[in-house]
Amino acid sequence: MKKPTHDASRRRFLKVLGSASGALIIGLPAFADTPDELLGRNLVQLNPYLRIEPDGTTVIGARDPEVGQGIRTAEARILAEELDADWNKVIVVPLILGVTAVNGEPHWTFGHQIASGSTSVPAAWNDLRSVGAAARQLLLRAAAARWQVAPGSLRTLRGEVIAADGRKLGYGELADAASKLKPASEFPAPKAASQYLLVGQDAGDVDARDIVTGRQRFAIDEWGGDTLVAVITHCPYPGGKLAHLDDAAALKVKGVEKVLTIPAPDPARALGTQQLAAGIAVVAQDTWTALRALEKLELRWQPGPHAAQDDSALAQAAAALLAGEPGKVVRTDGHFPETLKHAAHRFKAEYRIATVAHADLEPPNARVQVDDRSATIVAPVQNPRATLETVLRLTGLPPDRIEVQLPRAGGGFGRFLEADYVAEAVMLATAVGKPIKLMWTRTNAFANDTYRPFSVHQLEACADRKRKLTGWAHRIASTSRLAGREPPPRWWLSEMHPDDLPAGLIENLQYGWYPLDTALPRGSYRSSSHGVNAFATECFIDEIAHELKLDSLKFRLALLGEPRQLPYRGHGGPVLDTGRLAWVLKLAADAIGWGKPHPHGHGFGLACHFTFGGYVAHAVEMSMEGDRLVIHNVVCAADLGRVVNPLGARAVLVGATLDAFSTALRQRISVKDGRVVQRGFKDYPLATMAQMPHAVQVILVPSQANPTGAFAMGFPSAAPALANAIFAGTTVRVRQLPIWPELMRLL
Amino acid sequence: MNAAVGSNIAGRELHERPEYNRRMPQLPQPPPTRIVPQPIRAGIDVEINGRRYRHTGDPELPLLWYLRDVLRLTGSKYGCDDQSCGACSVLVDGKLKRACALTMQAVAGQRITTIEGLQAADGSLHPVQQAWIDEDAILCGYCQSGQIMAAVDLLTRKPRPTDADIDGIGNLCRCGSYPRIRRAIQRAATAMQGKPK
Repeated sequence: MKKPTHDASRRRFLKVLGSASGALIIGLPAFADTPDELLGRNLVQLNPYLRIEPDGTTVIGARDPEVGQGIRTAEARILAEELDADWNKVIVVPLILGVTAVNGEPHWTFGHQIASGSTSVPAAWNDLRSVGAAARQLLLRAAAARWQVAPGSLRTLRGEVIAADGRKLGYGELADAASKLKPASEFPAPKAASQYLLVGQDAGDVDARDIVTGRQRFAIDEWGGDTLVAVITHCPYPGGKLAHLDDAAALKVKGVEKVLTIPAPDPARALGTQQLAAGIAVVAQDTWTALRALEKLELRWQPGPHAAQDDSALAQAAAALLAGEPGKVVRTDGHFPETLKHAAHRFKAEYRIATVAHADLEPPNARVQVDDRSATIVAPVQNPRATLETVLRLTGLPPDRIEVQLPRAGGGFGRFLEADYVAEAVMLATAVGKPIKLMWTRTNAFANDTYRPFSVHQLEACADRKRKLTGWAHRIASTSRLAGREPPPRWWLSEMHPDDLPAGLIENLQYGWYPLDTALPRGSYRSSSHGVNAFATECFIDEIAHELKLDSLKFRLALLGEPRQLPYRGHGGPVLDTGRLAWVLKLAADAIGWGKPHPHGHGFGLACHFTFGGYVAHAVEMSMEGDRLVIHNVVCAADLGRVVNPLGARAVLVGATLDAFSTALRQRISVKDGRVVQRGFKDYPLATMAQMPHAVQVILVPSQANPTGAFAMGFPSAAPALANAIFAGTTVRVRQLPIWPELMRLL
Repeated sequence: MNAAVGSNIAGRELHERPEYNRRMPQLPQPPPTRIVPQPIRAGIDVEINGRRYRHTGDPELPLLWYLRDVLRLTGSKYGCDDQSCGACSVLVDGKLKRACALTMQAVAGQRITTIEGLQAADGSLHPVQQAWIDEDAILCGYCQSGQIMAAVDLLTRKPRPTDADIDGIGNLCRCGSYPRIRRAIQRAATAMQGKPK
């Protein structure tokens, strides 16, 4: 398939539309060519980014999927700032996926529409500011014409145009006239930061009221018309298939419509574009009927040709691999083996990272309506384009006849980048001929995730007589999350990035990656490989500092050295500023009271990491109280460039810190007899309120740099800071994730 | 009626505004031409958010699915199969319960409050709901209706909760909103001092 064209100079396409209702709509060209009757439909759906109504109500369409990262609020604040909108008159409504058909291929019309890699805020900063500024310019010109004055003599403030003599006109009063003006060919320059009234100020989540009243609708809350409910159970063996099915008892349950099979995935087709596993679905009038019937299915599954390896087999395979040559030499600086041979101090450690599951509280689900003319998809989606392409392939419908809605999702963390559950719902809806609301059970979601890869990290380092690091080697054996997926080029980059620290800080350095294999499906997980590689790196640095009898903070700062910019070719580049990383580390250490006297038995730990353009450090103070681990204090210091919504950024950083602790302490997916063991939160324990710190102190570094987003950044340094604190408090060094079982064994 | 309910931050309900309802036209219902008396159907009577309902289906139907599938009160969420997550927490005769763990038979004759029933008759928010907004205790929001119900229950039992009391809430949050939930509970406790319930 030809690669869809997108991101092509959106600015050129921006058009302004009038509407019959006298509203000003700033949107994209697709709508300029849309017949009036369809435009009416678009008005209802708010496809354009912005609409100002005659009463001044300012409706902002948020284009990126909301998964708890606060993007709807942040995007609206960015646009409203440049518009000089009255925030009290702003309503934020999610957009659908913007797509038209060009020669039968999808052509994306709304730009960035994905929740992945903390890219939504930077993208919004790049192009939604101009949407707001362009609308403001039209309103100014409309007022100038009304008053017969020069536009330059006017200013705007909180939804009003104000003349030099103090006369005022609300945006709503100007909307109709402004919508009839031809927009300037050039975008007006965005505001100077000194004029900001909204950006940089706290804003509560725009959906808060709906959430606390139970009115917020997630995809799982969608019904409509004659929708039937489907639940599903999958083959527990990766790559396995159905051996026996007796559905007679299930079909006898009153209210059951059909029992349908989902075929095993096509081995020739990439993971992520189709169902994950063979399955049996029960379609019924309501959820409970479907669930009861599911239990009455008599099923036997046949394991696949490649059994999913259990943890110990994977560890053995990793050990064998790591003894040999890397599958990919990721980076080589200087001469590591020579340096190691002649070094005054040598260090070696191995860290093992368990497979984990996403465990989003909203399970995979999709409400799908499909017929021979159109399809509508309501599902928790992080990557709506991939969703549309999956539906396109399954239905053969033209791209512009497929509507992908973007409801608020109950989490994401990478799981909803996949479209497997949507593919299933499309197959079921097509087979049944009615809209289908497919809901996975929790049990099923644990057995069929796109898990975070298992990995083993072998680290070696050496220092000279002055206790300065002269050599570093990091060798990772992992079950790459991109193995078996498209696009194949450079997929090893998903596991190890050549420019991640301490590359550039140590003269002799080797990074190598070793491909491990397992039949278990893998996928993206919050902050991807940063979340596990930083654990190994930051714990190993702590170990070395301890061995060398050096203060861990001073050792880290010495390693980072003079503030300078290192080239960084990956996501978050083009440079990595060591000074910004050192600064957040110092802030976190200061705030936790690093180096100050502290109660006996309290351990302090530090870690820092550069993720996707953001600089974050964590400092943790813990102690063991009997067999309880108590986290007394946590500091998260972050330099994320200019922060659009500090209240939201803090929420996300606190959340990331707790998520990292929860994941690192107790979460593990294990495989036994070829299938995943864990079935629910009882054997895959998410941290509870009682186990987590009462507060996380977040320090946001004031910055003029462009915003980076926040969701991924708060995650990687939290777990190693905790592990380093545990070592300081207990003298037990845990080199495994999850930490808790190993800590209990060693204590 | 199943019209989409949109965001409401300016004090207006989107679904009350005709332009947002175009996809689901509200046709006027003509009055019935004649009224035929129906026999009284046997069933299970419950009171939910101050309204009385008679469930005439299977008495074993879990309350969660009655709320979600029958009444379309979808604020109570499905999150697990073993009563571990708490996303479906409701009050049954004032006591905190998991709606997934109760059959309709078990709640016969009882008064149930869901997240949708916390607001006062005049639409004003419960102090706990308001505290959640004030502390911005949201993140993805999926678990929050259950968290709020657990907090309402806690504050009924312990109007001045200690940290240890708050630790007793076992509802799971995947996103890590616990510190803000803790603050919101304390804020609500302060706001509710001296007020009945």
